[in-house]
Amino acid sequence: MGAMERTAVVLGSGPIRIGQGVEFDYGCVHCVYALRALGYRAVIVNNNPETVSTDFDTGDALYFEPVNADSVEAVCRRERAEGVIVQFGGQTAINLAEELHERGIRILGTSPDAIALAEDRERCDEMLGRLGIARPQGRAVQGLEEAVAVARQTGYPVLVRPSFVLGGRGMEICESEAHLREFYSEAEGANPGKPVLVDRYIRGLEAELDVISDGTDTLIPGVMEHIERAGVHSGDSMTVYPPRGISRAVQGEMAKIASRLATEMGVRGLLNVQFVLDGETPMVLEVNPRASRTVPYLSKVTGVPMVALATHAAIGGTLRESGYGSGVWCPVPLPGDPAMNAGGVWAPGTPGAIAHPDRYAESDDPISRIYAVKAPVFSFQKLARVEPALGPEMKSTGEVLGLDSTYEAALYKALLASGVSFRTQGQVIITVNDADKLEAVAIARRLVAAGHTVGATSGTRRALVEAGVECELLNKVQEGSPNIRDRLYEGRVSLMINTPKPGDQNTADARMIRSTCIGTGVACVTSIDTARALAHALEAYTDPTKTSCMSITEYLARKAPSSTPSLVT
Amino acid sequence: MDAVLALADGTAWEGKSLGATGTATGELVFTTGMTGYQEVLTDPSFAGQVVVFTYPLIGNTGINDDDFESDSVQPTSLIAREVCRTPSNWRSKASLPDYMKAKGVVGIEGLDTRAVTLRIREGGAVMCAVSTEGRDAAVEAARTAVPYVETDFVAQVTTKGPYGWGVSGIEDVTEPEGPAILRLVVLDCGLKRHSLKRFAALGVRSVVLPAGSSAEEVLSWKPDGVMLSSGPGDPDRLEAVVATAQGLLGRVPVFGICLGSQVLARAVGGRTFKLKFGHRGSNHPVKDLTNGTVAVTSQNHGFAIEPGSLDGSPAQVTQVNVNDGTVEGLAIPSERAFGVQYHPEAAPGPWDSRKYFAEFVEIMKKGQTR
Amino acid sequence: MKILVIGSGPIVIGQAAEFDYAGTQACRALREEGCEVVLINSNPATIMTDPETADAVYIEPLTVDFCERVIAKERPEGLLATLGGQTGLNLASQLAAAGVFEKYGVRLLGTKLESIQMAEDRELFRALMREIGEPVPESWIVESESDLEALLDTVPYPCIVRPAYTLGGTGGGVAYDREALWEIGRKGLKLSMRSQLMVERSLLGWKEVEYEVMRDSAGTCITVCNMENLDPMGVHTGDSIVVAPSQTLTDIEYHMLRTASLKIIRALGIEGGCNVQLAVNPDSFDYYIIEVNPRVSRSSALASKATGYPIARVAAKIALGMRLDEIPNSITGTTKASFEPSLDYCVVKIPRWPFDKFVSGDRTLGTQMKATGEVMAIDRTFEGALVKAVAGLEVRNKDLDDLGYRKATEEELAEFVRVPTDGRLWALAEALRRGWTIAEVNRLSKVDPWFLEKIKGAVQSPPPNPIAYKMVDTCAGEFDSRTPYYYATCEAESDMVADPS
Repeated sequence: MGAMERTAVVLGSGPIRIGQGVEFDYGCVHCVYALRALGYRAVIVNNNPETVSTDFDTGDALYFEPVNADSVEAVCRRERAEGVIVQFGGQTAINLAEELHERGIRILGTSPDAIALAEDRERCDEMLGRLGIARPQGRAVQGLEEAVAVARQTGYPVLVRPSFVLGGRGMEICESEAHLREFYSEAEGANPGKPVLVDRYIRGLEAELDVISDGTDTLIPGVMEHIERAGVHSGDSMTVYPPRGISRAVQGEMAKIASRLATEMGVRGLLNVQFVLDGETPMVLEVNPRASRTVPYLSKVTGVPMVALATHAAIGGTLRESGYGSGVWCPVPLPGDPAMNAGGVWAPGTPGAIAHPDRYAESDDPISRIYAVKAPVFSFQKLARVEPALGPEMKSTGEVLGLDSTYEAALYKALLASGVSFRTQGQVIITVNDADKLEAVAIARRLVAAGHTVGATSGTRRALVEAGVECELLNKVQEGSPNIRDRLYEGRVSLMINTPKPGDQNTADARMIRSTCIGTGVACVTSIDTARALAHALEAYTDPTKTSCMSITEYLARKAPSSTPSLVT
Repeated sequence: MDAVLALADGTAWEGKSLGATGTATGELVFTTGMTGYQEVLTDPSFAGQVVVFTYPLIGNTGINDDDFESDSVQPTSLIAREVCRTPSNWRSKASLPDYMKAKGVVGIEGLDTRAVTLRIREGGAVMCAVSTEGRDAAVEAARTAVPYVETDFVAQVTTKGPYGWGVSGIEDVTEPEGPAILRLVVLDCGLKRHSLKRFAALGVRSVVLPAGSSAEEVLSWKPDGVMLSSGPGDPDRLEAVVATAQGLLGRVPVFGICLGSQVLARAVGGRTFKLKFGHRGSNHPVKDLTNGTVAVTSQNHGFAIEPGSLDGSPAQVTQVNVNDGTVEGLAIPSERAFGVQYHPEAAPGPWDSRKYFAEFVEIMKKGQTR
Repeated sequence: MKILVIGSGPIVIGQAAEFDYAGTQACRALREEGCEVVLINSNPATIMTDPETADAVYIEPLTVDFCERVIAKERPEGLLATLGGQTGLNLASQLAAAGVFEKYGVRLLGTKLESIQMAEDRELFRALMREIGEPVPESWIVESESDLEALLDTVPYPCIVRPAYTLGGTGGGVAYDREALWEIGRKGLKLSMRSQLMVERSLLGWKEVEYEVMRDSAGTCITVCNMENLDPMGVHTGDSIVVAPSQTLTDIEYHMLRTASLKIIRALGIEGGCNVQLAVNPDSFDYYIIEVNPRVSRSSALASKATGYPIARVAAKIALGMRLDEIPNSITGTTKASFEPSLDYCVVKIPRWPFDKFVSGDRTLGTQMKATGEVMAIDRTFEGALVKAVAGLEVRNKDLDDLGYRKATEEELAEFVRVPTDGRLWALAEALRRGWTIAEVNRLSKVDPWFLEKIKGAVQSPPPNPIAYKMVDTCAGEFDSRTPYYYATCEAESDMVADPS
């Protein structure tokens, strides 16, 4: 070890679990690569044998130890490390910031105080208020009666969730006071001793931004739009980059809010901000001063070396030194903006340009030549008695990405890769709650037009038939055979669209349908928003050969895409 | 009770006593095999040595009735990180500590065996003492111990008189051979029982003779083949055995294992040398130069054949160690003789090289005169 | 040479980050040998889909259609499928069946398709085992509901149901009676890619042991690592607490099973890595071959980290035709890959289950894997490794003390000890804390008394805090090693901090 060598310890994210998957390993590994490129000795602490970060030739040293304060402190002392980087190891690592700081270990990057602020509802509210940034009405409470009082103020539905947990554990949308009273203890129990958050629930579009800040400049690599409206955990939502349903004005507004938050919090590295749109007003849902699960895919589809830039910022470097600066990254520069070959230490870098959020907001010109759609993947087949309907609690174990030059093709690829079957043989069964019936009609119409046959139980079928959509009547399970479940067992169903009643996922019949889908391997869509996207993709594509076939580098390259491959026949 | 491991230079490691009390001295060596402590403990090749097990958890499966390689404990002492007192295996009859106590063997546990191993790796195998009588006594014992190469261990471990080994195990040499089809004479330099068991399984009856037997004595048993066994110590000390081997070559097929292969090499003019800390373990890769494949072998030797020393002799090097290129196999086709530096009988270790017993049986069959 | 590598797709239970690790290592190893690497994978959250990992990265669905288009465009000469888990193997089989390899002149590298099919098709595999004299448990192949019905009254209960061609044992289970067999069997038929499943004699309570083995095209075979499951047969390996190396096998038993494993990969003609699972009778030399995975797997990732031997990396080089004794051991830098690692520590892996999120989920463990991830811990003592693994699991319990089990009645606790669940380790600890005898806990749980003694030891006197660092060097200190791969332990001396230069 050279005497002058600077050493930094990078924390991994521990075992893979729902809410903290392989995407956090991506961050750790890239942080190590970046540190080494910057001349640092990079030391890893992690205890997950499945990962690249624990490959013994990834870092300059590997300590195969639990990611907890005792072992990290001991490693820092043995390695005489300058400090420790916590922002890439998910909640596991970020949770150690305060304790390590108290033990005299330097946290490289965003300060432990800023990390604590983001988790502390009162301090966070105070900051948002001071900056004039909107968020859904609500607050942290310490007991059921306080929760009920807050809900009365904000009005139902309310989103109830414990604080300081990842992946939305113990989170629910409560439609009524009775529902709130029933659920409250679960939220309280998910993280005992910590307050429970009660907020007005806004069923609007959701969006999220991962930004990188050095304290002065803040780069927004991209804005991601969720396909499912608020109420579905961000990890279980389908996500599209660049957004399609959110105006550039609103995107620019969100970029400005995120930048302001990054500056105010003194972020040195990554910050993830999640929004819900109340009409045209972006409201902040969550502020996480760490790498989020969208970082790997956003890095790939924008070409911005997000982790490298964040690492550089964490050890005191600036975005300008890295060849970047403040604003929204446009892989395709806005007209008149010269493409910069951003590089610095990360040369050659992918060409693109940075636009000021205002300029980005005012322009309608495309900023990306590709669409990227992320879709979640679940493992319900392995887990008996688990409710598969989507909700505020994360349930997916993995994700896939669809990439193409059109939204429809990207959507098609994402859905196909996530296991949805696009064959037209077999029936699509639709059974939805009352609120979704109108949209279900539109979806069914598109499916029929695309060559699918549709079946439904009485309620949904009535709505479809009244709207003039041809539809087979299927018995509910309790109505006797042959019924919807028999149909599933016969293997003649290609897709199930089943949306639970809000706040009532436990209807025995609906539950049985969903679990039968899992048992028989039929894709089951439980959000009407997912269904709409699916119908859209089904309408546009039935044949994979119509989509593009390009490597990521080709997609990002400024040259015209090479020709589609000629298949030997 | 406390115990200490000490070197002549005063280095000492403290631990807990294991087995009997007292002081034992020997050459400090380590073995990297993760299984087979019972076999190691009774392998005569470990005579005069203090064995460090690099695997930290020793004794887990206890001591059973079947896996002895000889009748007594051969190393002078045993060093382990942790020894199990409540073994678990269906054949276990006693715990390792109880067995050591019964056999009067001094041992030590609870010390940093990796540190000891690295010391051996860096400094080579040296004399040491394990003692329950205090650090000073231990250092003094290590200092005054007779150097390993100055003792004739083969003379200590070889059989006092001839005995037979057939399909059902040990038997008197005067007993009829029964169903055995071939007769093998084994020159016992520190034989492991598994070598006899391998031959017995192939229908060979062995007559085991003391290492000091002459070629004429050996041939008087009218063997179809002769095995020069493995064993402890410096092959340079074994002039008589080498002379016997010279007297046998060409007159009967000869198979040498470990020390036996070194004797074979010396019989045709080869030389041997002492390795820094030897090869001991169950994971040594050996490349067969005749077909390019690699076998994983069981090894236990502190000396090796000097590679160039066989040039110009009738012997060819047939196998080499992939790690350090040392000679692992030689053949003298003209004399129907071959040898391997490792332990094809395994026990402990992999079974990849059992085929050499069958190959030797084939050679014996071809030359069979009876 | 241009090579297409197939990734494993999205993370699902039974196919997780281990394939990112394997795939990334493979891509690096291939490029090191001068190959041009093209990668297809639909999972964007991975290192392997970084544009830096391969020469061209296609984030596309893992279907025959999309894969064929990449092949048509890139025209690779070779294809490596054994590093993408079951997904990679299945896709390769489908591509072969669709004639894509022939059409574009693509050669499958590493283990041949016939070998893969031989290992995965139950009947072919059993026939091969009979031929080479390796024991397999009695079993019956079911390919229709009528087959299943015919079997209900003939099989011994409990019996195991295993669908063919699925991930991580999806759809399998233990049937204790005919009703359960009917239920599980019907579901399994639907989930199997080939509508095929096997019903098999139950070996519940036997020891479960795995061998990670490698073979090169010259026929050299080695064992990287053996591992013993703390949970006896009946719990999926992915859901078992696994210990490396085995602790309760004598030398003869260890090498009997090792020899069997090597015999199998020779017979299959594996070129690369392979995992062999065996059931071992705790009271005799009897054993059965349970399963063979002719590819890199979760177990091989664990074995790689447990030993320092990079299985995927070596497997990729073998696929190029390199021999084990030509491939350097990258940890020591001085030895070769034809060396069997020797450990001077003990490794404990504990699965991480998702029941903290899925509170309503069925927590019973069986032949269907439920864990999403795992932790591994290394120490010089078993107790140290066990306690360290528990501390790193990030579950409610940071040690072996569980308040819930503390409150359980004796009868309740007996049930928790008997039935494997995600909490059984803590139930075992509680029973031993209460002074239940090792024999009684063993009778109920079938967990080997050696492990129970150790758990008891860890409960009675928690292992001391680690104060030193030792190196994982593949060779138990025999050779000088430069790779700074460390674990903490309670020992007198630390290994020196290695100088990577």
